[in-house]
Amino acid sequence: MAIRERSRSKGLGITVFIILLLTPIYWLLNMSFKTNREILSGLTLWPQNFTFDNYVVIFTDSSWYSGYINSMTYVLMNMTITLTVALPAAYAFSRYRFLGDKHLFFWLLSNRMAPPAVFLLPFFQLYSSIGLFDTHIAVALAHCLFNVPLAVWILEGFMSGVPREYDEMAYIDGYSFPRFFVKIFMPMIRSGIGVTAFFIFMFSWVELLLARTLTSVDAQPIAAIMTRTIGASGIDWGVLSAAGVLTILPGVLVVWFVRNHVARGFALGRV
Amino acid sequence: MRKVPDNRAWWLVLPVLLLVAFSALVPLMTVVNYSVQDIFGPGNAYYVGTEWFRDVLRDERLQASLLRQFGFSAAVLAIEIPLGIGIALMMPKGGIRASLCLILLAIPLLIPWNVVGTIWQIFARGDIGLFGWGLNQLGFNYNYTGDPVDAWLTVLLMDVWHWTPLVALLCYSGLRAIPEAFYQAAEIDRASRWAVFRYIQLPRLKNVLVIAVLLRFMDSFMIYTEPFVLTGGGPGSSTTFLSQTLTTMAVGQFDLGRAAAFSLVYFLIVLLVSWLFFTAITHMDKER
Repeated sequence: MAIRERSRSKGLGITVFIILLLTPIYWLLNMSFKTNREILSGLTLWPQNFTFDNYVVIFTDSSWYSGYINSMTYVLMNMTITLTVALPAAYAFSRYRFLGDKHLFFWLLSNRMAPPAVFLLPFFQLYSSIGLFDTHIAVALAHCLFNVPLAVWILEGFMSGVPREYDEMAYIDGYSFPRFFVKIFMPMIRSGIGVTAFFIFMFSWVELLLARTLTSVDAQPIAAIMTRTIGASGIDWGVLSAAGVLTILPGVLVVWFVRNHVARGFALGRV
Repeated sequence: MRKVPDNRAWWLVLPVLLLVAFSALVPLMTVVNYSVQDIFGPGNAYYVGTEWFRDVLRDERLQASLLRQFGFSAAVLAIEIPLGIGIALMMPKGGIRASLCLILLAIPLLIPWNVVGTIWQIFARGDIGLFGWGLNQLGFNYNYTGDPVDAWLTVLLMDVWHWTPLVALLCYSGLRAIPEAFYQAAEIDRASRWAVFRYIQLPRLKNVLVIAVLLRFMDSFMIYTEPFVLTGGGPGSSTTFLSQTLTTMAVGQFDLGRAAAFSLVYFLIVLLVSWLFFTAITHMDKER
C-alpha cells in the first residue's frame, strides 16, 4: 500500500517537472502560430487567429532556409571527421598502454574544457589566413575542438566494455586489423557509436559563438540568421518563434532514434 | 581491463593528435604570443613580458566578473545536482513511459543555445511572456531587464531549466545499473527509504555524479550565448560572466594583449578545477 502511494507521488512529481520543463517550449510554439498584432495586443494562452504565415516566411525565403542547410552541413561534416579520427584513437586508449597515454588523454580532455571565447580570435585569424573563412569545413574543424575529446572519451568507455578475447580470437582466425575493426568490432559497439554521434550532433548543433564568428554569408548558421528578426520596427516575434521551433525539431528526431541508448550514453558508457 | 604495453598504438592516436594540434595548439600558441606583446599594428609589436598578466590580475572589472562567475557556477551546481538526482529517482523504471520521459527530458539539451535565450526572453517578458506576466499578476514587481536581482535569478532559472535534465539523465543511467538484488537485500533488512538512498544508491551514483559535476562546472563556467541573448549582460553588468567580458575585450575593443593574457588565466582556472575532478575519476576507477 505504502509502495503504491509512493510510486503514485513519484509519478506526480515527474509529471509536474516535465510540464514545467515544457511550458517555455509551449509558449514558443504558441507564439509561432500567432500574428504579430495578436502577440503585442495582449496575452492569450493559445492562438486566437491561428496562422502559418510565420513558417511560410521561413520556407519561402532562401536566406532563411539556407541557414538550416548550412547548419546541417557543418554538423554532418563534423560528425564524419570526428568519428573517423576518434574511433581508432579510442581503441588505442582502451586496449594499449603506451608512452604518455595518460598525459595525452588528459591533454585531449583539457580541450573540452577550453572556453570557446578563448579561441575566438585565433580561430578567426587562422581560418582567414588559410582561406577557409566562411566555409562549412572551417566550422566543422573548429567544432572538433570540443567534439573530438568528448567522442574519444565516450567511445573509450564503450570499447572497454568489450572483452579483449574477441580481438585475439579474430587475429587467430586470420583477420587483419582494419578488417577486424570494421567487420567485427564496430558492429559490437554500434550503440556506443550511435550515442557518440548523438552527442557530436548535439554539441555542434547548439554551438553559436564559433559558428557565427567563422562565417559571414555563405555558411552562416541558422542561429546567426535569427538575429536578423530585430529590425527597424522592433522584433518580429512571430517569425523569431517559428525559426526557434524549427531549430528544435532536428534534435527531437535524433533523440527519438537513439532513445534506448541515450541514458547509457549520457554516462559516457561508464556505468 | 588488462592493457597491453605497445607503443605502436601511437599510430592509432596520430590522426586525433594532428587534428587537435591544428585546431587547439596553433590557436593556443597565438594566444600565448599575444599575451606577452603589445601590438600596435602588423609588424609593430613589442615584447612586454608579464605586464598584461599583472594588468589583468589587478583589473577590478575582471575580478568582479570572476567573482560573479564563481557565484553562478556554485549556484548552478548547488541547485542542479540535488534536483537532478531527485528527478532521476522519480523516473519510471522501464517501458514506454520511461522512453517518453527520456525524450521529453532531453529536449532542452538539444535546443541551440541562442534559442534557449530567445525562449526565455519570450517567456519572461512582462508584456508578452507567460512567466513575467504571471509574476506581475501575482503582485511581484518582476522585471528582468531592469532589476539586477531579477535578471540574475532569471539567468539562473534558465540554466536550471536547460541543464538539470542532463544531470537527471546521467543519474538515471547510473541508477539503472544497480542490480535488483541490492534492493531485495535492503528489503529483507527492512532498510528505510533514506538508508537505501544513502548506502545503496548514492555510492553507486558516485561515478556518474563526478561526470555530471565536471560537465556542469565546465559548461557553466564558459556560459556565453544564453545570458547574452536574454539580458545582454545587463542591467549594468550584473549578468556579465567571464566569456562575455572576454569576448567584448577581444572582438569589441580589440584589446589583444590584455584579452590574451586574460584568456590564459581563464583557461588555467578551468584546467586546474577540471584536473582535480579528473584525478578524482581515475582514482575511483582504480579503487573499483
